[in-house]
Amino acid sequence: MIKKDSISKTEILSTSCKSEKININSTLIRTFLLDIAYVTLFLTKVLKTMFSSNFEFKEFLRQCYKIGYKSLPLISVTGLILGLVLTIQSRPILIDFGAVSLLPSMVATSVIREMGPMITALICAGKIGSGMGAELGSMKVSEQIDAMEVSSTNPINFLVVTRVVAATLMIPLLVFYADAFSMLGSWLGSNIKGDISFVLFSSQAFSHITFLDFLPAIIKSFFFGSVIGLVGCYKGYNAGRGTASVGVAANSAVVVSSLLVIIVDLIAVQITDLIVL
Amino acid sequence: MNLKLKNIKSETLSSSNVHEIILEVNHLKKSFRDQEVLKDISFKLFEGENLVILGKSGSGKSVLVKCIVGLLKSDSGAISIFGKKSSSLNAKEFNELRQKIGFLFQSGALYDSMTVKENLEFPLRRMIKKLTENEISDKVNEVLENVGLKDALYKMPAQLSGGMQKRISLARTIAVDPIIMLYDEPTTGLDPITSDEISTLINEIQKKYKTSSIIITHDIKCALKTANRIIMLKDGEVYYEANVADFVHSDDSFIKSFFN
Repeated sequence: MIKKDSISKTEILSTSCKSEKININSTLIRTFLLDIAYVTLFLTKVLKTMFSSNFEFKEFLRQCYKIGYKSLPLISVTGLILGLVLTIQSRPILIDFGAVSLLPSMVATSVIREMGPMITALICAGKIGSGMGAELGSMKVSEQIDAMEVSSTNPINFLVVTRVVAATLMIPLLVFYADAFSMLGSWLGSNIKGDISFVLFSSQAFSHITFLDFLPAIIKSFFFGSVIGLVGCYKGYNAGRGTASVGVAANSAVVVSSLLVIIVDLIAVQITDLIVL
Repeated sequence: MNLKLKNIKSETLSSSNVHEIILEVNHLKKSFRDQEVLKDISFKLFEGENLVILGKSGSGKSVLVKCIVGLLKSDSGAISIFGKKSSSLNAKEFNELRQKIGFLFQSGALYDSMTVKENLEFPLRRMIKKLTENEISDKVNEVLENVGLKDALYKMPAQLSGGMQKRISLARTIAVDPIIMLYDEPTTGLDPITSDEISTLINEIQKKYKTSSIIITHDIKCALKTANRIIMLKDGEVYYEANVADFVHSDDSFIKSFFN
């Protein structure tokens, strides 16, 4: 009788655990599907507004200034250090193989094709994505977005479209800027233990670079920009009502946009491999 | 449930020269998931009157006023503004209608990234597109003078106190010459002196701009100072409707509790 009881209890426990697991799984799936639906709706709204409303040029320029110009110091330092570190790390191995003369072109290829766009996008996901998430989140909490709507202004057009377009156009420019500073850093790194003029370094660096090295990087940089802009705005625009939700919006904007940048990069590399090579 | 719902239009007419219905809410309902916030709300706003909607926190006051201005969509019922049902208007027509409605937000809702001047210019440039730069500048100076903050023109909202932010927000609202003013908790978070100043300002604006106003509040002092008529909300329903004198002398325990 006792054995029977214990068996039935175990059965009940395992059944309840299973049902709980099913519940958790179904909730997660439901949340994930709902998230996808909301993002799709938001994206549709943004695209529809982009092509149907008057473009807010003044606000767009302000966002370009914020996203582009204000990011220059950070991108300069990051680019410079990236080139410097890449050179210092690669130099001993290339010396071992007797290929130190290939150092400038190796750094240039890796910076222009991959490191420059990727590092710039990740830095921007942190700086710009979180900024957008926090700014729009706090505007939502303090009813500024509602105030805009009451003033016969479409907040999606004024706040979201301008930011997304500005991010899409500014990130590729920042990538070029970061590439330039990386090459400068690489030249400095080469001169720490060697001696090479800037002209010679440049000619060696760009001797193996073709337009096909630039093109995929430029194209994916546009996608990085739009992803960062869209995610930052989506998270901020859909923030909850409390002040804590501003932090959550900023944080999740960084996490999601960084993750999406890496995924977009993976897809871009695969497509480039298929088309170019 | 409704303690006292009587037609007091005639009383109000005689006391404050109001004429026609400017805004009418009929059987308005609004729920958020399972929570029914507004349960069949009906009332009228007459031309030139200050209608105060009183109620405890969570009684649905802010939801009601947001439904009126179109920030929230009601589940059922009708809102008529100047005789037009807001639900039957398209987006463009509704935006045109919105130009006649001023909304003072509970938090002030000044744009953080803009100066006071830019905040005041924002609705002027977007709602009245034919204004010249000089006319915009004159209007900004005029409304700032009306709220007694002419020196704050180039300040950022963060540099202003809570009371000053409310005044600037009020100036931004009246800049477009609205016919209906909606005040969402105008004195919340302010000290008694500043609250009194804001209440005085509401009355001055009504006199100067000939507005009809709905004032959402739980501040009884503000309500008594500004109201021509009072509607009390309780649990999403109109619990009591009367003019100020009747309201003050009411024997109802719930209403009396507001005075304590």
